Amino acid sequence: MTDDAMLRVRDVRKSYRSGGGMLEVLRGVDFAIEPGGFAAVIGQSGSGKSTLLHLMGLLDAPDSGEVHLDGVRIDNLPATRRDRLRNTAIGMVFQSYHLLPELNALENVLAPLMVRHSVMEWMRVRASARERARGLLDRFGLGGRLHHKPRQLSGGEMQRVAIARALVTEPSVLLADEPTGNLDEASGAGILDALCELNRRDGLSIVLVTHDAAIARRAARIVRLAAGRVADA
Amino acid sequence: MYKLLLCWRYLRTRWIALVCVASVMLGVATMIVVNAVMAGFAHEMQSRIHGILSDLVFESHSLSGFQDPKWHMEEITRAAGGDIEGMTPTVAVPAMLSFQVRGQWLTRQVMFIGIDESTHSLVSDFGSYLQHPENRRQLSFTLRDGDYDTFDSQAEGQAGENGPTRPAMAGAGWPHRRMRVAREKLWREKMGARGDAAAEPARPIDQQVDAVLAATNANGEQPAATDDPAGPPSDSTSDSPQAAVAARRDPFRAVRPEEGDTMDPAKEQFTGIVPGIGLASFRDSDGVDRFLVLPGDDVKITFPTAGTPPKAVSDTFTIIDFYESKMSEYDSNFVFVPIAALQRMRGMFDPQTGIPSVNSIQIRLKPGADLNVVRDRLRKAFPAEMYAVSTWRDKQGPLLSAVDMEMAVLNILLFLIIAVAGFGILAIFFMIVVEKTRDIGILKSLGAGSAGIAGIFLGYGLFLGLVGAGVGLALGLAITWNINAIRTGVEWCTGQRVFDPSIYYFFKIPTIVDPFTVAWIIAGAVGIAVAASVLPALRAARLHPVEALRHD
Repeated sequence: MTDDAMLRVRDVRKSYRSGGGMLEVLRGVDFAIEPGGFAAVIGQSGSGKSTLLHLMGLLDAPDSGEVHLDGVRIDNLPATRRDRLRNTAIGMVFQSYHLLPELNALENVLAPLMVRHSVMEWMRVRASARERARGLLDRFGLGGRLHHKPRQLSGGEMQRVAIARALVTEPSVLLADEPTGNLDEASGAGILDALCELNRRDGLSIVLVTHDAAIARRAARIVRLAAGRVADA
Repeated sequence: MYKLLLCWRYLRTRWIALVCVASVMLGVATMIVVNAVMAGFAHEMQSRIHGILSDLVFESHSLSGFQDPKWHMEEITRAAGGDIEGMTPTVAVPAMLSFQVRGQWLTRQVMFIGIDESTHSLVSDFGSYLQHPENRRQLSFTLRDGDYDTFDSQAEGQAGENGPTRPAMAGAGWPHRRMRVAREKLWREKMGARGDAAAEPARPIDQQVDAVLAATNANGEQPAATDDPAGPPSDSTSDSPQAAVAARRDPFRAVRPEEGDTMDPAKEQFTGIVPGIGLASFRDSDGVDRFLVLPGDDVKITFPTAGTPPKAVSDTFTIIDFYESKMSEYDSNFVFVPIAALQRMRGMFDPQTGIPSVNSIQIRLKPGADLNVVRDRLRKAFPAEMYAVSTWRDKQGPLLSAVDMEMAVLNILLFLIIAVAGFGILAIFFMIVVEKTRDIGILKSLGAGSAGIAGIFLGYGLFLGLVGAGVGLALGLAITWNINAIRTGVEWCTGQRVFDPSIYYFFKIPTIVDPFTVAWIIAGAVGIAVAASVLPALRAARLHPVEALRHD
């Protein structure tokens, strides 16, 4: 771990109610990603890697421990400020793409900006936002699919739309949870190439969660989770 | 911004939401139509009642009435200030009306009301409810020489559409009277000379009547018609006190032909009366009015005198017109007669001074005058032990309250329809929240807060309410404005009469759209739609983002 970490979790623990008792998923995990870093978190199913990603993405709160962003503790902030940080500083990509089915590709990419702005603000920034979203979709080879609904896109295309949506807010860090898990080999490779390029060319910090060691090797650093603890880093 | 976009998309893509729109729409449309029709009926009824009754009624507690209406009217003018537009005295007593139909006597209980024909139309719409055009212009208690309306003059656009609705009125007036007298004369002759009749060749009855009429007219005996053979009863209002005293000795003298003369009913009439049309007719299922008696027929009326104890006196009167206010309570109860004649018959003139008594004074106020304020002023000015002062609303208080209560209860019941629609929205929204759980998780992962998520569903409820209420408003107004055409269409399709004029005495369904009521209905419907979406919205807002994202 480095002192100039962008996103850091310190001794976080997380338990879930399971059946009649409590299942401790994370048992005191320390992890950090530095600016421009590319870390892969690997582990078997149930090792707690997705839970760790959700805690870093402020989708969940740890039972104990701390989450810091740029040196500021963020896990204990009021809900509205955590919502704001999720919208502005953290981008997330999921295995199941999680696109909104009622919106087309362009609108899905614009969704985080629409969440950020009120109607009046949106009228003001709409043109520049659309320009930026179009640019991102062009960059990922979806310039001709702007007005297609998610059901009209392939898995690889949907994941690229999801990456464009995560990047449209210019986040500090991108958290990717098994981004190639639902894709065929070729599409998965394309997504990994895109992530590597984002890290290399744009200097975007990326945390990639996967259970596949071959994919994890594309990252600069690999952290292995086992039984809720960091096995080696 | 995303809330608006998603509300709009959900409205366009979730067809089940149209069920909510349809239920709100039907509820709003039903309420608008029912309120418009109820308001139309209530307005029609109130305007009828107000048209019959004057603004204020100043009356005596006693049937014998109070003396000197002229002095009372001056005092009323003084007490009420400049708010009085017109006044007229009346005398009203309970009475029994009897007439013969096919040889059988029919007797009915009535309210016998003496009115001043020259001033009564100043305080109410009395004149407009009569059946002869001349009487509508200026009432006269003399029999007219025909030209009575053969259709309902108050039913717009009905005249001549499907033929006359009152064909019997074509011969009413002097022609009917002469015909009846001729028949009776012929009948009496036949009865008197029964033995000789067998020798005469039999002729049809109509030919015999024509022969009698021809013989009458050949003698140059023109019926007096509007020339008033009995002398206009209104003249008696200007009688000298001495004449009034003389009339008191023989109360029927002034209304009969000259003393000692034998009255010829083919040329002369008794004191004219105007009974309510409901007393003399009934409407058949085809909307045609059938008459038991007509203007020109004579009837007997028995009523109490003004003395103590009152004695029952009877006299014969001639029907000169009918009164039709469309309020069956009045049309089958009221009989109007010249006030002076009734005062004489009841002995309501002071034997010494000739000053008459009356039961009540009907008062019309100037437009804009506050009825209750003037009523209270008069109540202060006159002792309550002797006089009652009431507004037309006071007089019909229980009826008007019952109508108001009926409308309120109906509105509550109808509003329950929209409330049921609200429960529909609640159930459908819960379903949509479950269906959209993953979307809610996605939005939360993009930074949407719980308030924003709740806002989507509240906004969705608002959209549904507005669209449903908007379409319901258009539908409700369209039905209201075309309700009579729709009624005709339904009657044509089903062959059943939906709106029977013989029950309602209206030829059209009256409607009034009150913008204030419509605004309340729309606000209520939209409010219920939003209220029904609160619980689903809260449930959506409370969803945990991680659990929502994992929702399958």
